[in-house]
Amino acid sequence: MIEPAVTVENLVKRYPATVAVDGISFAVGRGVTAALLGGNGAGKTTTLSILLGLLLPTAGKVRVLGEDMLRHRYRVLPLMNFSSPFVDLPHRLTVRQNLLIYARLYGLPQRHDRIENLAEDLQIGEFLDRPAGKLSAGQKTRVALAKALLNEPELLLLDEPTASLDPDTGDWVRCYLEGYRARTGATILMASHNMAEVERLCSEVMMMKAGRIVDRGSPAALIDRYGRTNLEEVFLHIARGSRAELEPVS
Amino acid sequence: MNRRGFSAGRVWAMLLRYLYLLRSSWPRTLELTYWPTLQMLIWGFMSQFLYVNSSYVFRAFGVLLAAVMLWDVLFRGQLGLSMSFLEEMWARNLGHLFVTPLRPYEWVLSLLSMSLIRVLLGMMPAALLAIPLYHYSIFSMGLPLVAFFAVLLVMGWALGMAICGLILRQGMGAEGLAWTVVFTLSPISAVYYPVSILPAWLQHASWALPSTYVFEGMRAVLFSGIFRADYLLTALALDVFYLTLGAGAFLFAFHDARRRGALLQMGE
Repeated sequence: MIEPAVTVENLVKRYPATVAVDGISFAVGRGVTAALLGGNGAGKTTTLSILLGLLLPTAGKVRVLGEDMLRHRYRVLPLMNFSSPFVDLPHRLTVRQNLLIYARLYGLPQRHDRIENLAEDLQIGEFLDRPAGKLSAGQKTRVALAKALLNEPELLLLDEPTASLDPDTGDWVRCYLEGYRARTGATILMASHNMAEVERLCSEVMMMKAGRIVDRGSPAALIDRYGRTNLEEVFLHIARGSRAELEPVS
Repeated sequence: MNRRGFSAGRVWAMLLRYLYLLRSSWPRTLELTYWPTLQMLIWGFMSQFLYVNSSYVFRAFGVLLAAVMLWDVLFRGQLGLSMSFLEEMWARNLGHLFVTPLRPYEWVLSLLSMSLIRVLLGMMPAALLAIPLYHYSIFSMGLPLVAFFAVLLVMGWALGMAICGLILRQGMGAEGLAWTVVFTLSPISAVYYPVSILPAWLQHASWALPSTYVFEGMRAVLFSGIFRADYLLTALALDVFYLTLGAGAFLFAFHDARRRGALLQMGE
């Protein structure tokens, strides 16, 4: 039996003044696009940071692509990548220089060819030699995506992949991600509060609130369970509901 | 794809990043040579003045110039490392770097390499310019110069790593330390005067620094033509000690930053 791409058990991240993640457990199967959905401070980004090895949890187990992430993260990091519109690539380097450096960090052969191919795919060729700091929000997002796809990751983690993009560019990015998953069989886990995006892209959704997973399922199942017409209404129901009504799902 | 262990390719990738940064701004490159050259000019003229007014300097004209240039090796070594580190802070780039297979010690190696490049770029023009201007070549010291250079550079690295660790721990509020901390060591490093000038209690602190052995050793070479191997060995031993402390402090601070979630948030 193939192990899920991501398995999280009883994950806790506690800071002196707050509990950011409060004992969550979930699994994401291989080749699936899943989402952590929740409002600000729900614990989505904290969970992604732990999965990426950037943040050490207080307790719990994390397995990524069959490896214990807390003990052997360097075995898995070459197989995963990450993109967030909130973390720009260094501004003073050109897009090409940035991509070349990351390609080297991933130890990729034929780096220049890979960058040219990605540039064509993601339509960033015309500004490859422009400083990364002089790009528009949409261009930056495509460049960030190029960086995230350099090593053709088996697991792609995305934090708000289409935040601050106009609808057209946002739709283009979503199409590209769908195509990437279909072509490579990669697993995508995203943190988002864009309900339409999640509804369109994801087959699994974990609804988070105050560091806990309060419900989970496919978008259709969640909409059905709460008797709503779309995921946004489900989200609002959960976000505005009292804690007592929303017992975490084990 | 190398999934385990050290990769020289990743060190080179990071070094390339800092070289791209340096190349992207000519004022920054100019700045590297500006201060060492200016210092050399000031102290060169000062030496010429003292040459006819001081029996101490008369005994070895180049002692002040050599001291100025060697002190700059320590200062630039520390600053070179800290500046490359701060580039990542300013760019908020740690979140990107450490989701790649880059190990912290590989990053440190690239910082050390860049520090060496910055020191050489900064010092060479000043050292070469002193030859036609004052008829003084620091290279005439010969092999001891290589030893002095190495000891001071490594001391600068130890200090730089400790400062970077402190910035990782305390955030960008501690950034100013990168420019200032080294100067607290200047008065007790016996750069321009012998250790014996210092009060007895301060001499103990002075002899605990590798730099003191370098500058005392430098004067022994320039005044008496004697190379003090005992000074060199003590300085090297102290370097190893401080480098271990500095690297330990940096790696501990890095681990602590992962625990606190600072890698993704660290920046201006």
